[in-house]
Amino acid sequence: MAVGAEAIFGDSVITSTLESALSWARESSMWPYVFGTACCAIEFMSVASSKYDISRFGAEVVRFSPRQADLLIVAGTISYKQAPILKKIYDQMCEPKWVISAGACACSGGFYDNYTTLQGIDAIIPVDVYVAGCPPRPEAFLDALLAIQKIQADERLLDDRAKRVFKGRLDA
Amino acid sequence: MPKAFLERFEKELSIDAYGAYKLDASLILQALHVLYQNDGYTFLVDMTAIDYLHQPSSLRRFAIVYLLRDRLFSNLITLKIDVDESLAVDSIASLFKSANWAEREIWDQYGIHFKNHPNLKRILNHKEFIGHPLRKDYPITQGQLCHRSDDLMDEMTPRLKRKGIESHDALMFLNLGPAHPASHGTIRTFVALEAETIRCAISEIGYLHRGFEKSCENHAYNQIIPYTDRLNYCSAILNNIAFAHAVEGILGIELPDRAQFIRVIIGELSRMIDHLVCLAAILVDMGALTNYWYLYNPRESVYDLLSKLTGARLTNSYMRIGGMSHDLYEGFEEDLHVCLRAIDTGVGDTLKLIEHNRIFHDRTQNVGIISQEEAINRSLSGPNLRACGVAYDLRVNAPYYHYESFDFDIALGSVGDVYDRIMVRFEEIRQSKRIIEQAMKRLPQGAVCVADRSISLPPKHEVYGNIEGLMNQFKLVFEGVKVPPSESYRAIEGANGELGFFIVSDGSPKPYKVKVRPPCFYAMAAYPSIIEGGMIADAILSLGSLNIIAGELDR
Repeated sequence: MAVGAEAIFGDSVITSTLESALSWARESSMWPYVFGTACCAIEFMSVASSKYDISRFGAEVVRFSPRQADLLIVAGTISYKQAPILKKIYDQMCEPKWVISAGACACSGGFYDNYTTLQGIDAIIPVDVYVAGCPPRPEAFLDALLAIQKIQADERLLDDRAKRVFKGRLDA
Repeated sequence: MPKAFLERFEKELSIDAYGAYKLDASLILQALHVLYQNDGYTFLVDMTAIDYLHQPSSLRRFAIVYLLRDRLFSNLITLKIDVDESLAVDSIASLFKSANWAEREIWDQYGIHFKNHPNLKRILNHKEFIGHPLRKDYPITQGQLCHRSDDLMDEMTPRLKRKGIESHDALMFLNLGPAHPASHGTIRTFVALEAETIRCAISEIGYLHRGFEKSCENHAYNQIIPYTDRLNYCSAILNNIAFAHAVEGILGIELPDRAQFIRVIIGELSRMIDHLVCLAAILVDMGALTNYWYLYNPRESVYDLLSKLTGARLTNSYMRIGGMSHDLYEGFEEDLHVCLRAIDTGVGDTLKLIEHNRIFHDRTQNVGIISQEEAINRSLSGPNLRACGVAYDLRVNAPYYHYESFDFDIALGSVGDVYDRIMVRFEEIRQSKRIIEQAMKRLPQGAVCVADRSISLPPKHEVYGNIEGLMNQFKLVFEGVKVPPSESYRAIEGANGELGFFIVSDGSPKPYKVKVRPPCFYAMAAYPSIIEGGMIADAILSLGSLNIIAGELDR
């Protein structure tokens, strides 16, 4: 026996929480900012092109301003010189925001275990999904996007996101 | 022969064990003057330093190496000076503009000071960095955090002053990059604008410095192949070839004909797809998105071929010292034809849209001009130099892999503007196709690796079938290819120009030093002077037309 709005309007309405309604709407409308620095960025070009076509998953509106994006895709090696810029870009994005670390370099420094390469971007900014590969195939990028969609659907934004604390090596 | 140079410095000159002319550091500027003025050595290929810390036979710890080519580009000369305790030598930036950044790099990486250099500051490493990482006593993994980016005003203010601009009131300062879609990855150009006109520009690089050269010193020769993939990742195999070619030069081996032909075929295919990305990207920068699909999608068919051939789409690591990892697969020729057809269609469709397009012409013609003399003095090479009308192509000037026997044309421009740089690349795609078709017709049978078991792995059936094969495999995998002591430079025509490797070997399985001559580096150094005085929208196209690939630029 339905109660509340459903009792009055029958099957013509579905009740939900505000959070899950937002998640449902957001799921197929992620706006990525591609922080592409190296080889992985060339593979992202394939992800956006006709054959792999990221727009099938609603994320083709690639933003070139971090202020308009809610998904940061870090595709490529991040050097120590680049790190403060990556952090600035991340800080400029509005909450809620998600981060994909694409490729071996962004995840761990890859095979550049040396004086100039940051050994994983999670020392600077929080990461939601890591993608393996050097570079990852386009399918792996899409898989990461699906993983982000799932993460955000399962989250409660106000509790899980806004109250999250992250302190990286560049945070004073 | 550099006659005037040899006569003038007859007493002071000596020739070292590896064929380099050695002379006292105090004479270097004088010597280069003579070489430049009297002998016509007007093209500085590259310069680098060597740290002999672990080679106690050397009298001085450091040496600087200068590589020059003459006017015809066929003769290469190596000059070498030892650096004394003062760790300072004369800058040659007054003679070769390209030396400006090259010397900054040596200062940054080795800590050698250049007297009278106009702007001696770090270039690849960040400004908070302490020490000089390519010195042998700098530990490879000792990273240093960077907290703030350089505001570059220390370069901007004097440069504005030199242009007679004292007051900053009428100017707007703007960063193009390093995180900007039109900055092609990680390149930063800091500009002073008056309305939309660029009065002054400064480029900062190093955001993708990945320590390629230090990593090379810590890996065996064949282990370096994957690192070379990631220099110019748009044409990874050409980088493989260039490196293997340089090492094979030291080993003194000649590849079997089949291997040479396969290198030509795959190399030219890489050149084609490199140009495709460059052209696709610059047309997007211009707002012509349709062409992006026309040019980029054929790359996918090439990726399919490369995946079948090498197992990877982008970073293929196909070459090995002394040959390649394996032969072509059955059905390769059909796949290749599919690729060539797809590229043909893509290029044709694009040209239909732009060839007689007024907007395209207005945006590209007489924009971003660089003159012949300037281009040579700044060590530009490849399509960027040929667009200025200079017929320099290593495939013709110093042929390798039987290039002299192929029928193809060098594409040349006349003005040296964005238009020429684009059109030269379109034409080179066509010419590469011609070369591939000829090479496929002439492709001989035979081995794809040299037979020397201290260089190439034995066939698998020998490894599993007899003890000698097993031993050969074991020794080569565990010890690596041993390269006799040498200091040598060898180059091929990469997609972006002269792509060479200067390798110092000491007889061990790891190189003592590797310096890559990245064509992008010198093109990027020329960029600020190209865009000054132009509009900001033209600066974007100029950058795209130079085809700067950060992996190769910053290494």
